[in-house]
Amino acid sequence: MTPATPVTSAKTLRIDRIACTGQGLCGELLPELIDLDEWGYPIVKDRAVPDHLRAHARRAAAACPLLALHLDAGRT
Amino acid sequence: MNTTTGAMNSSAFSPAHHAPRLLSGWCSTGATATLVEHLRRYGPPALGTRTSPMSVVEAVEAAGLTGRGGAGFPTGRKLRAVAERGGRAVVVVNAMESEPASLKDEFLLTVAPHLVLDGAVLAATVVGADIVHVCLPRTRAVQFGQLRAALDERRSARLDPVRLRLHALPHTYVSSESTSLVRWLNGGPARPQGSPPRTHERGVARRPTLVSNTETFAHLALIARYGADWFRQAGTPDEPGTLLVTVSGAVAAPGVLETAFGTPLDVILDRAGGRTESLQALLLGGLGGTWLPAEHLRVPLARRELAPLGAAPGAGVLVALPRAACGLSETARMLAYLAADGAGQCGPCRFGLPAVAEDFAALAAGRSDPDRLSRLRRRVGLLPDRGACRHPDGAARLAASALRAFADDIDHHLTQGACAAAHRPPRIPVPPAVPPETWR
Ligand code: SF4
Ligand code: SF4
Repeated sequence: MTPATPVTSAKTLRIDRIACTGQGLCGELLPELIDLDEWGYPIVKDRAVPDHLRAHARRAAAACPLLALHLDAGRT
Repeated sequence: MNTTTGAMNSSAFSPAHHAPRLLSGWCSTGATATLVEHLRRYGPPALGTRTSPMSVVEAVEAAGLTGRGGAGFPTGRKLRAVAERGGRAVVVVNAMESEPASLKDEFLLTVAPHLVLDGAVLAATVVGADIVHVCLPRTRAVQFGQLRAALDERRSARLDPVRLRLHALPHTYVSSESTSLVRWLNGGPARPQGSPPRTHERGVARRPTLVSNTETFAHLALIARYGADWFRQAGTPDEPGTLLVTVSGAVAAPGVLETAFGTPLDVILDRAGGRTESLQALLLGGLGGTWLPAEHLRVPLARRELAPLGAAPGAGVLVALPRAACGLSETARMLAYLAADGAGQCGPCRFGLPAVAEDFAALAAGRSDPDRLSRLRRRVGLLPDRGACRHPDGAARLAASALRAFADDIDHHLTQGACAAAHRPPRIPVPPAVPPETWR
């Protein structure tokens, strides 16, 4: 990441699948982007976070008890 | 097990260009080449003959070599990525060959250990590594002894400017993942690790690390000796060169052979002695691979032609399934094994895959109904892209291709119960579905 990266740059969701224990909190906090499977594990519908959902996504990432949900800079 | 040496697409190829490839001629005896024999066949390692490490990378890029472990990533790009990190790097030879139907890495290391080691040492000098780790499954004790002897020969000949170390790892289906090797070499369990960091950035001992398949290193050693143009004389313009394939199932001479990319699948079966029974399907790529119905047997072993069928050359595994077998029961056993052997770290491996295996077993046994079948399809669809490694993706590919290839049998199993073939003994050997004893 370069220092020149603007604060408003695009964000993508990433889940650390090994850390995640499937309690499904992220799916409740960010249902626009995350579904849950029948065992409570996340299904990411869209990795790219639209601007209007950025605050929601940040809140969901902070709420994950295992710190398994990450918001990465840039669209990949 | 019999072994045939493949003539390489002789039509595309004039006799003047017959420099030896991986298995030409001598390997039919199955005997290990000593260092002296190896150097007589192939000449000295190309270390002194190419002017700079980067010229080796360029030759590999020009040759279009891709990894032979299954994923088919361009080897030149991988070499360049590690070389450009700078600093002391590490090279790892992945000889884990966890695919039960694959024997090619074991065979290659048996007949031509020095070719593989030449390639690994060369890769080390290219990426700036001072050590090469060779990772073998613990179950291959004889091979371990042979390789130790080969390393001793090289040491007495003072051949290599880098250190070479042998390791024996627990043998599970997912211990051949490159991140499993890195984790194990760092003192941890041989289980996949999620990325980041990526191995080429921070791998063994936190150093940039190149992990490649055994066979890939052998091709690299030959490209360094004979050049990119020579390498491209076999194969297709998209996928140059040869690959090792392991053929098993209903063929007269199952074993390992070398063939050019682009060889039709039925020609490969003929080289393995031909079919012994009428076939209903071919499993391409092993347990994480794809069932191809027999009508597709003329398709060339090449990415572009296989992609529309949902298949890929992978690590060159071909299993011929006779008509007399039940494809659903065979697949059910494979899925049970894949489910039991997953690392149990991620959701799809802990819950999704065992559930898919169970639904599939019910289908194979004639205990399913349309509802359960649609649940199975939905669960298969949710496996890919949701683990830290590609293990669930492979299992999903197998299951989905079975649902396509054996659609008629599914109807029969749903309406009239399991077919007669489902009650006969299994035809494809699959390891028992028990969790690994140890990861360390
Ligand atoms: S909140 Fe965190 S631990 Fe829970 S399901 Fe989502 S990613 Fe996994
Ligand atoms: S997907 Fe399965 S095999 Fe891969 S890391 Fe996760 S639990 Fe392990």
